Amino acid sequence: MEKKKENNKIKTSVWDKVFVVCNTLFMVLFVIITLYPVLNTLAISFNDGTDALRGGIYLWPRKWTLQNYSTVLQRQNLITGAYITVARTVLGTLLALAANAVLAFIVSRKDFLFKRELSLFWVITMYVNGGMIPTFLLYRGLHLTNSFWVYVIPGMFSAFNMLVIRTYMAGIPDSLEESAQLDGAGYTTIFLKIISPLCKPVYATVALFVAVGQWNSWFDAMLYNRMSSNLTTLQYELMKLLSSVTNQSASAEAMKNAAGTVTPTSVRAAATILTMLPIVCLYPFLQRYFVTGLTIGGVKE
Amino acid sequence: MASQEKKRNITWKEIKKQKVLIIWSAIIVAYGVIFCYLPLGGWIMAFQNYKPKDGLLHSAFVGLDKFKQLFSDDTFIQVIRNTLAMGVINLIVTFIAAIVFAILLNEVKSNGGKKTVQTISYLPHFLSWIIVTGILHDALSSSGIINELLLKFHILDQPLNFFAYPQFFWPIVAFANVWKETGWNAIIYLSAITAIDPSLYEAANMDGAGRWARIRYVTLPGIKPTIMILLLMNVGNVLNAGFEIQYLLGNGLVKSVSETIDIYVLKWGISQNDFAIGTAAGIFKSFVSIVLIVIANQIAKKNGEERLF
Repeated sequence: MEKKKENNKIKTSVWDKVFVVCNTLFMVLFVIITLYPVLNTLAISFNDGTDALRGGIYLWPRKWTLQNYSTVLQRQNLITGAYITVARTVLGTLLALAANAVLAFIVSRKDFLFKRELSLFWVITMYVNGGMIPTFLLYRGLHLTNSFWVYVIPGMFSAFNMLVIRTYMAGIPDSLEESAQLDGAGYTTIFLKIISPLCKPVYATVALFVAVGQWNSWFDAMLYNRMSSNLTTLQYELMKLLSSVTNQSASAEAMKNAAGTVTPTSVRAAATILTMLPIVCLYPFLQRYFVTGLTIGGVKE
Repeated sequence: MASQEKKRNITWKEIKKQKVLIIWSAIIVAYGVIFCYLPLGGWIMAFQNYKPKDGLLHSAFVGLDKFKQLFSDDTFIQVIRNTLAMGVINLIVTFIAAIVFAILLNEVKSNGGKKTVQTISYLPHFLSWIIVTGILHDALSSSGIINELLLKFHILDQPLNFFAYPQFFWPIVAFANVWKETGWNAIIYLSAITAIDPSLYEAANMDGAGRWARIRYVTLPGIKPTIMILLLMNVGNVLNAGFEIQYLLGNGLVKSVSETIDIYVLKWGISQNDFAIGTAAGIFKSFVSIVLIVIANQIAKKNGEERLF
């Protein structure tokens, strides 16, 4: 009896070791699959374009050059795209944050007369929308097409972000608001001086969500501002680079001769790295914000 | 009568007191009406022989003709199939990947290792689909790493152009979704796992439960409510998961499996200027989504999970 138990224990501990080894291998493989493509793009971006066509570049450049980057930085459309992208990200994030914070504040006031109606009004928009064509026609009618404002105005309010902030505000004790009201503070003061300072973590979360969305969006630039090259965005320019690479891989030879040591692939690699750089540098430091944000958002209501 | 009078008095007082809130609400509702509800009026186009010069008010009504035209178009049937198939495949595959990853990561004992892997796992979520499709093109190109590995292990004799074969398209899209979102989706399961009462694990250990038994009888039941809620919440989005990657990765050779409802709408509505057909297709999509949400909600209610709405 004793022996059998002993045996069992040894057996489980052997299995346990096998599991730990397999699990570690799995995690290593996971990390490799996640990072390799990014590091490979980084290596290609620092490698001579013509040389890269020979293949065989993995994690380290074979023939170092900065020419891909200097080519990117000399392209007017990419510079314009960078300016517009930064502008829409900063302005879009600030406006969206202010808008959703005010909305969340209003619907989380327990005594507000229309809080249910206002909540419902926005929750419905999560499930029903006009669709691409009516929206396009509306924006055209409002003269938002071929305009910078199409990037920041239409997406200002979002039911999801409102719900995330509202859930957080609901956790703030009522007594704070009540004592401020006794001191004669109005709703504006309560919002600005009492609730908002306490909501910094959730504001950071929502700002992060909006900023990443703004930084990465390209479809609105293509759909609404295709004719205005001065309103192009970084991602849209990157998309054009991608399609030029895939369509012209046959004529890459011709490009190679014309542009010297720079190829569409190597330029795209450099542009990709520059585009992902700000996000990749920032996100590890913002981790705790999006982890809390997701947990609040996921549970909803 | 008197009590009613009194009630109204209070209401007026309340309105006065809440003046600021009401004014801001009015501004916000005006915004919502314009940007979220006004486009719904555009749905009328789907029932008209819409001509831009006549506008919504003067175009002739044609009833359900546009919908009939839509459903007699074989391409549209194909497009519905593609949207549903990719939506369902992606939903299932990304769900399983995130749950498995969260459980396995939770079993990692070293705290530093756990944190490092998790931080790396978020990275792809922050990259745009443009960048992800660019990476996929590089990895799967004839000189890319995948072909190179397959050649090295003699699985292939010559490089394969993965984007030229329709049978590879859905798996590529599913893989891309898994690559991009697994770490991100796992966040919520990991936090659900940390919320499990540690005494349950202790009890399981006392009973001599091995690692597998602990996962199966403690961890999985512990995160089951989270899994159910997320699954139900995502069912309504099945049809929304089909635009960016399909648009960016699709090409003439795989058109029959890559085009989704949204791409169809874009093609007919914006490129061909047939607003009526494009709108009708959009309405169909909204309709199916709402039906899916209602079904999911019914199932949630039956299972005692009433948190969906």
